[in-house]
Amino acid sequence: MHLAYPAVLAALLFSVGLYGVLARRNAILVLMSVELMLNAVNLNLVAFDVWLRDTLHSGQALTLFTIAIAAAEIGIGLAIVLAVYRNRGSSDIDRLRDTAETDEAETLPDDAEADNAELPHGGGNKDDGNDENSGKTKKAEATT
Amino acid sequence: MTTTTLAALVPLLPFLGALAGLAVGRTAPGFVRPLAIIPTLTAAVLAVIVAVRQGGGRAIDAATQLTPTGSVPIDLALHLDGFAVLVAVLVAVVATCVQLYSTAYLRDDARYPSYAALVSLFTSAMLLVVYSGDLMVLLVGWEVMGICSYFLVGHYWETPEARAASLKAFLVTKLGDVPFLVGLFALAADTGSFRITKILAAVGTGGLDHPTLIALLLLAGVAGKSAQFPLHTWLPDAMAGPTPVSALIHAATMVAAGIYFVARLLPVFAASGAALVVLAVMAAVTMIGSGLAALAQDDIKRVLAYSTIGQLGYMSGALAVGDRGAAVFHLISHGAFKAVLFLAAGVVIHAAGTNSLAAMSRMGGLARRIPDAYWTMTVALLALAAIPPFAGFFSKEAVLVAAEHTALGDRTVAPAAAGWTILIAGLLAAVLTAAYAVRLWLLAFRGRGAEVPDHGRQPVAMTSVLWILAVPTIGLGLTAGAIGDWFDGHALTPSLTTAVLSTGVGLVGGLVTYGAWRHTTALAARNPIGAVVAHPGAEPALVEAEAMTSHTAVYGTIADASDPADPGRLLLGPLHRHAVTGFHLDVLYTALFVRPVQGAARLVRFLDREVVDTYVNGSGAVTRLLGTAVRRAQTGNVQTYAGALLAGSLVLAIAAVVFANVNAGS
Amino acid sequence: MTLHTAPPVFIAAAGDHPGFLSPSGVEIAFLLVGLATLGAAVITVTTKQLVHAALWLVVALGGLAVEYLLLTAEFIAWVQVLIYVGSIVVLLLFGLMLTRAPIGRSPDADSGNRWVALGVAAATAAALVWVVADAFRTTWIELDGPAQGSTEVTGAFLFRNWVLPFEALSVLLLAALVGAIVLSRRRDTDTTVRPGTNGTAKEEQS
Repeated sequence: MHLAYPAVLAALLFSVGLYGVLARRNAILVLMSVELMLNAVNLNLVAFDVWLRDTLHSGQALTLFTIAIAAAEIGIGLAIVLAVYRNRGSSDIDRLRDTAETDEAETLPDDAEADNAELPHGGGNKDDGNDENSGKTKKAEATT
Repeated sequence: MTTTTLAALVPLLPFLGALAGLAVGRTAPGFVRPLAIIPTLTAAVLAVIVAVRQGGGRAIDAATQLTPTGSVPIDLALHLDGFAVLVAVLVAVVATCVQLYSTAYLRDDARYPSYAALVSLFTSAMLLVVYSGDLMVLLVGWEVMGICSYFLVGHYWETPEARAASLKAFLVTKLGDVPFLVGLFALAADTGSFRITKILAAVGTGGLDHPTLIALLLLAGVAGKSAQFPLHTWLPDAMAGPTPVSALIHAATMVAAGIYFVARLLPVFAASGAALVVLAVMAAVTMIGSGLAALAQDDIKRVLAYSTIGQLGYMSGALAVGDRGAAVFHLISHGAFKAVLFLAAGVVIHAAGTNSLAAMSRMGGLARRIPDAYWTMTVALLALAAIPPFAGFFSKEAVLVAAEHTALGDRTVAPAAAGWTILIAGLLAAVLTAAYAVRLWLLAFRGRGAEVPDHGRQPVAMTSVLWILAVPTIGLGLTAGAIGDWFDGHALTPSLTTAVLSTGVGLVGGLVTYGAWRHTTALAARNPIGAVVAHPGAEPALVEAEAMTSHTAVYGTIADASDPADPGRLLLGPLHRHAVTGFHLDVLYTALFVRPVQGAARLVRFLDREVVDTYVNGSGAVTRLLGTAVRRAQTGNVQTYAGALLAGSLVLAIAAVVFANVNAGS
Repeated sequence: MTLHTAPPVFIAAAGDHPGFLSPSGVEIAFLLVGLATLGAAVITVTTKQLVHAALWLVVALGGLAVEYLLLTAEFIAWVQVLIYVGSIVVLLLFGLMLTRAPIGRSPDADSGNRWVALGVAAATAAALVWVVADAFRTTWIELDGPAQGSTEVTGAFLFRNWVLPFEALSVLLLAALVGAIVLSRRRDTDTTVRPGTNGTAKEEQS
């Protein structure tokens, strides 16, 4: 079999994953795209291992390790996404822009976020519309 | 202690006194007066001891080198000859008197501590100049005097006159100091040393390659310091300083330094006949011009300032004919009587409440209020007018005798032309000197009008020093026979011809002035004029400062009063208008130097503000603009960042692959 | 342009293999499955239905498992099915549900960064495919002979040569386990937003 087939397939899969990482809004979809990229690498590893007939089978061993690490990564990644979602009420990564450079350098990050981003839970919260619907304030509301 | 050690202590003590005065002036005001007087007084005593030990004999030379300083070594050297020790005595005694006088004159002045320290520093610098045997060390004292005069003339810096005068004094003397410094370097380059003894030895063996150039360069500095034409204009304006400072500058320190410097290096100047002729012309112009200007001044201190310029002209004249003995003799006697004149003028201003002669001529009984000042000033004015047997007569005679001998070819040190110039100018100046001395005396003490209010007795510290200084004013002339031995050895006694001639013309000048005064004094009553400051209990310095400010306010100028009763106005006729302003030299200098400099400054300001700043502001604006643009990239969106990062690494990877293959293919 | 990466051993064998125009059966199978995998992957990153994306991911990962099988890496193929399809996708589905992802089409599944992403991805794909195809267009994989990735072989090399990294990996997995638990644990004091408002809002819209 030509090595070009698996190699080109891996390259295309990698690019598709790359597109997903850069273009998807939902953090979990971004994680899926990361999995695609990892799999592209795995395919490469296996194909070259088979082609080289490596006595140590480094490629297959590394593929196994990559799969294990990908599992760990997806677990941690989901935990982080969940934590962010619980705090921010959103898992859209292009709305987590606290580090954005704003014109009002003095304003607090939370306020800036409230100004910049339309909060995703817009209709539900009756207290929306003022500038205080930041995460901390909402936490305070939740306690009452 | 050896004479050398004592001599080293003489400049050192006032210096330490100045340092201590500056250090404790604020914290311990009680120490300021002792710290001002005692070091200077001790220095005076030591200077007398040094003079006695030296005794006019062989010059004492001592030198130590602190550190090697390149091709031309600079030594801490003392050169004690008859000139040095006697001038040092004069400096120290006058400085002591000034310090004593100042304790009363500026008794309530808030800035007295710094003032006293600066006077001590001034004295120390002058003593350094006097004793130094090394020209670089001399230059240190020379420049320290320059800065001290700046601070002291500007003591009343609240008044615009004092501010302008201090700046003018500093700038004009510095204008002379630049060529002076160049001249010193040229001299050292020619002779290979800064030591006076070695320079004189080199000059003696004809080792000077450019005598005229060096002498003219040095003369520029001398003209600036000793207020000779054309750099004399700072001295009349320096009257804006306190009277004791004027006394110190005129009698002992600043202006004497230039004459003394030429006296020390006279062989250098004598090596160039052209330089001596230039000096003679300078001296002649200075003598006559200042005499005319003095006759027209209304401010009593400005009269004395112009008289100082004239007397310095005599000294320059003596140097121009190559007789430094006569020059330094006149320097010493002038120092004594000019100190008396200034210190007495301070008393007069305090008592009269004005510095205007026009105002004084309209008040009666001033002489009765201040008998000490009246009598000492009379004596000193007689000495100034060179009336025998006072000191000024003998010293001026020494100058004229030297000029006569040169003119007639008996002395060959200087060209005969220089001798004739000095002789004729000196006699003309003698007339003028007598005229303005008499005018000053008549206007100040023979005024008619309302009685001067009684401000009580003048402080003892102020009157006593007048009598102390009156002693040499009266008696110094009697030493004329002996004092020559301290100098170059030839006698400084008057000759009959010049004595009769100069005394005669002096008397003529005085009598003509008296006649003019008799003629004009009737006008005084019809033209009430003048303003008087009255602070009966205040310190004299306050009265003086206010009098100077009010003079400008009342008469419109610091020099003139439109007083028809002034005999000087009658005597000078149409010349009066020009003489008042010092023959428009200030206007000329303004047009020649001040305006171009201001124009250049405006140009530089324009270039800086409009051209240079444009670039500076532009670079700032561009940076801001770029910053604003780059800030837009900070969206906070991780995906944007990652996209840019990956695009960048892709470009790098492609570039790496392409270059690897290009290199592999080549 | 030629990349000099092919080992010299196989260059000798490169002459006696069929060209691209006369493919073997394995190659045809690989190509078809690869197209299916690629298509599923593309749908995964472009679909507007979030749950569908996860399901298409299953297709793509399964297709990859088949490719592994075709490359004679049996063990890896089953591991791929077990771990990726079996656990990771399930985990992702749980994540979607826990974050109350909207079911059905959500119009804002793609961020505004899409066109930049498309450009970068296309450029990456072009560069990689160009380099890879140029470098390996004549390289031939010899698939005959004993399977190189059978369970027996895998077990042998894994526990003979790679046992230390294998054990280290178990520590990493443990750490990841603990980390995931700590991160996702609800602290007693940490009262959070009720994300329900968000999710229900999205669901109502869809």
